[in-house]
Amino acid sequence: MNSLTLVFRLTVFALAFTGFAQMPIFARYYLADVPGFGWTADYYFNHVAHYILAIVLLAILGWRLPRVLRRPAWTAMDVIVGLCWAGIVLTGIIRVMKNQPESYFSPTLVMWIDWLHLGFVMLLGVASLLRSRVRTGAVKS
Amino acid sequence: MKVNRRHFLAAGLAAATAAVVRPAAASTGDAASAEHVVLATLLDISKCIACGACVEACRETNGHKYPQPQKPFPKMYPSKVKAADWSDKQDVDDRLTPYNWLYIQTATGEYNGEPFELHIPRRCLHCQNPPCANLCPWGAASKDNKGIVSINDEICLGGAKCKDVCPWHIPERQTGVGLYLKLAPGFAGNGVMYKCDRCRDRVALGETPACIEVCPEGVQTIGPRDKILAQARELAKRTGGFIYGDTENGGTNTFYVSPVPFDVLNQAIEKGPGKPHLASVGNPFAKEELLARAVYAAPLVGVMAGVLHLVRGATSEDDHE
Repeated sequence: MNSLTLVFRLTVFALAFTGFAQMPIFARYYLADVPGFGWTADYYFNHVAHYILAIVLLAILGWRLPRVLRRPAWTAMDVIVGLCWAGIVLTGIIRVMKNQPESYFSPTLVMWIDWLHLGFVMLLGVASLLRSRVRTGAVKS
Repeated sequence: MKVNRRHFLAAGLAAATAAVVRPAAASTGDAASAEHVVLATLLDISKCIACGACVEACRETNGHKYPQPQKPFPKMYPSKVKAADWSDKQDVDDRLTPYNWLYIQTATGEYNGEPFELHIPRRCLHCQNPPCANLCPWGAASKDNKGIVSINDEICLGGAKCKDVCPWHIPERQTGVGLYLKLAPGFAGNGVMYKCDRCRDRVALGETPACIEVCPEGVQTIGPRDKILAQARELAKRTGGFIYGDTENGGTNTFYVSPVPFDVLNQAIEKGPGKPHLASVGNPFAKEELLARAVYAAPLVGVMAGVLHLVRGATSEDDHE
């Protein structure tokens, strides 16, 4: 694993963690009670951390995009994973735009963007897992 | 082949650039601007006599939106998660509750050697950049094109994050109502959050919020934000008064004008659960507003670097050839 891949994976993990920290679950389910983990229930801290991590992720995804587009063949799982990433990035950027003081998006759009952002993350997790299993199976066979 | 690929990448980069330039413009086009009139309210608290007419009018007008919880409430896990039940205390009107979205604070004290007694109608201030709406992970809280911040009671799960992140802790929870009952009632959510929605259904019909319409003293005025802010500044200048809400939390759509400084008033009011303070509040999203530009730029910078790297790699291959 090269260093960029390591940074990418750590960033994705941290993004998922700070993303779930946006939900009021870490205080409810005692994680924030663990010494040293009080910050997991600090919504503002996790929000800023999510933005900073998103900047790193977007730069890496941008860097990789030209290579990905050169890929000669795409499996169905590659396409699904790619669409999940596109969905996460698009909905994430729209959320950032929505949070600007002068912007306005309709409440219905806001709701769908929030749900889709969460949904694409869940779907990406499942699709990535399936794709890795397919690849592992292909290597073994 | 290489030339085509480069052209393709360059075109994609240009399209991506166009898509993210001036994102706020997406919401402020000519067609949208006609409906995009943010309304603000001015409260001249020197006029309030604490008659309670606004509180009663709010209850009568918005009573149909109040929660009707199912009992007994689902058992919550873990057990430290407690129910919030105001259904048997619907008459409480000396603080904010799910059944009381507006109440009147009284401040008594002394300022510049003179005694004062002022009454302050308190409700949601409808922030310009509302933390409750920005940070709601579920899309239940939002700001509309009239500057009204409201919570969708059909999808709110009652996690109370909106209350935690609100500088004034305005929204109040009622357990036993809402979507969480249909999802995982014991493990996720705990009801629905309620607060003033500035009579959004009346405003949508071009009417005035009930608390403003009924006030016998004309404490509140509503209108386009720029106009109302100018009015608030003029009133403060004319009376030697002070403004609260113009910069608080990055700016709200509610401006209080008082003859007594708000830090003095803040010391003179009763504060606590359901009883918001009047302290100074900074912009909690200052960091995010700066970082937003980097979020927009990051993918473009990444793509440009990636393309340059590929092109440079291709060029060196050409050299080798």
